[in-house]
Amino acid sequence: MTSSPPSRDAATVGAGPTARPTAPVLLVRDLQAHVAGQQVVEHVDLQVAPTGVTALLGRNGVGKTSTIKAVMGLIGRSGTIELDGEDISTLPTFRIAGRGVGYVPEDREVFSGLTVTENLRLAERRGSEHRYDLVYELFPELEQRGAQAAGTLSGGQQQMVSLARALLNDNRVLLIDEPTKGLAPRLVTEVAEALARAAEVAPVLLVEQNLQVVRDLARHVVVLTDGRSVHHGDASDFLDDPVATQRLLGVHGGTDPAGAA
Amino acid sequence: MSTVVLLLITGVGLGAIYFLVASGLSLIYGLMGVLNFAHGVFLTFGAFLGWEVAARMGATTWAGFAASLLVGALAGAVFAALTERFLVQRLYERHIEQVLITVGLALAVVALFDGIWGTDARFISGPPWMSRTTTIAGANVPNDRFVAIVLAVVVLVAIVLFLQRTRYGMIIRAGVENRSMVTALGIDVRTAFTLIFTIGGAAAGLGGVLASHAFGYVSPMLGQTLLIFAFIVTVIGGLGSLTGAAIASVLVAVLQQFANYYWGYGDFAVVVLLAVVVLTRPSGLMGKKVTA
Repeated sequence: MTSSPPSRDAATVGAGPTARPTAPVLLVRDLQAHVAGQQVVEHVDLQVAPTGVTALLGRNGVGKTSTIKAVMGLIGRSGTIELDGEDISTLPTFRIAGRGVGYVPEDREVFSGLTVTENLRLAERRGSEHRYDLVYELFPELEQRGAQAAGTLSGGQQQMVSLARALLNDNRVLLIDEPTKGLAPRLVTEVAEALARAAEVAPVLLVEQNLQVVRDLARHVVVLTDGRSVHHGDASDFLDDPVATQRLLGVHGGTDPAGAA
Repeated sequence: MSTVVLLLITGVGLGAIYFLVASGLSLIYGLMGVLNFAHGVFLTFGAFLGWEVAARMGATTWAGFAASLLVGALAGAVFAALTERFLVQRLYERHIEQVLITVGLALAVVALFDGIWGTDARFISGPPWMSRTTTIAGANVPNDRFVAIVLAVVVLVAIVLFLQRTRYGMIIRAGVENRSMVTALGIDVRTAFTLIFTIGGAAAGLGGVLASHAFGYVSPMLGQTLLIFAFIVTVIGGLGSLTGAAIASVLVAVLQQFANYYWGYGDFAVVVLLAVVVLTRPSGLMGKKVTA
């Protein structure tokens, strides 16, 4: 167990044998993806910075979730996908996860028949330290409800299980898909705080509709339209540009906590 | 009254054999989405090898019987593991091809058994106690049914403990629910696939030896005959549910015994039950979830 994850992470990034401080941890170039013969991602380029949160934005159905799934190897894909400079575009999903890609899917996908503790134990990856102290510090409820079947938890608690599974291991990057979707405002705040802590442990690629959460957490944004990445840049510059947010997201990038949802 | 007791206990005994076949089928389908039509030949292979070993060691001795159970289970396990590893796994996620290859394998292996052991049934004898009866509430129940029931319960408990207490059991339960999320946690589910085939094959092989004692013979078609009912049991119980398979096995077998005795339409009654369940509860009694 590490006592200070943020500083250790910074040290890894700064002093790693190959990593330069500015080199992206995840590099995606000309990504295409298809589901059941239908192309769902046409051409996506994106980089995940070695620290902090990179947000993947766009209207509903533009291919954000598909992009994440394609990186994870869960749907058919082609193009370049590099993790720390190594090609992972042809690896099976379990090897991609094994290389240190943590995945929090859109619909939480907790194992409902398994207990909370079993969900976490299943996520323990060999060769990685298991940060139960961090997970239980962020989500004390999960420790109290360890013996409860995950299927009987509330949506917010299930989201905590899903996030905890990704935070448990020493990951190089976290892919987090709409973690605040369908949650009550109080829980949105709680999950956003957890995301901020997660980003201290590992860089995050975040799909998020709630633009206030994006504003609070993200440094960079990548915006998709119709399966293509059409904008890369600084998060606050983008969100402060009403013309761009209106055109690409159909909303103002203002402070409305309901965001585009 | 004695007839009812007799039908009930022999029904549960038959259900025990159905369960040994259906448990593997159900877990394999639940985890991998594979309808394994080769499952019956695992059973037949176990029954034949068990019979060979018992014949060499003395079919009427308890040692011979025990060895036949062990060898039967082992034969089923090895056959199933090789089938998964070298045929099914190569067709990962290609369900139509998997069905075709297991159907093809079943046809080829039955023909192979015909070649080795002949098409005629081989009559089986076991320890003398097995072919005697025990009187319960006026009913003379064949002792081999008790052995089948006890062993099926042991297998059920063993599989439940395996699923509940071990990491692989946990992977299998999770995989039945959501296989892709299991892989997204960095777990190679292929090992679990091989394991579940092996366990299913062992149960089927054991079931083969017990079935040959219950029916009094072993033949190349033994497994295929039982497979049909095992599939029905699996669908009624809910694909992927072990508990469902256990309940449905007893339900189907008891119904079959009673319907056969009173109306002579046991198989028909089972098909009617299947239709009723599929029409009213398409996901079966226990749905798609490994609850132990």
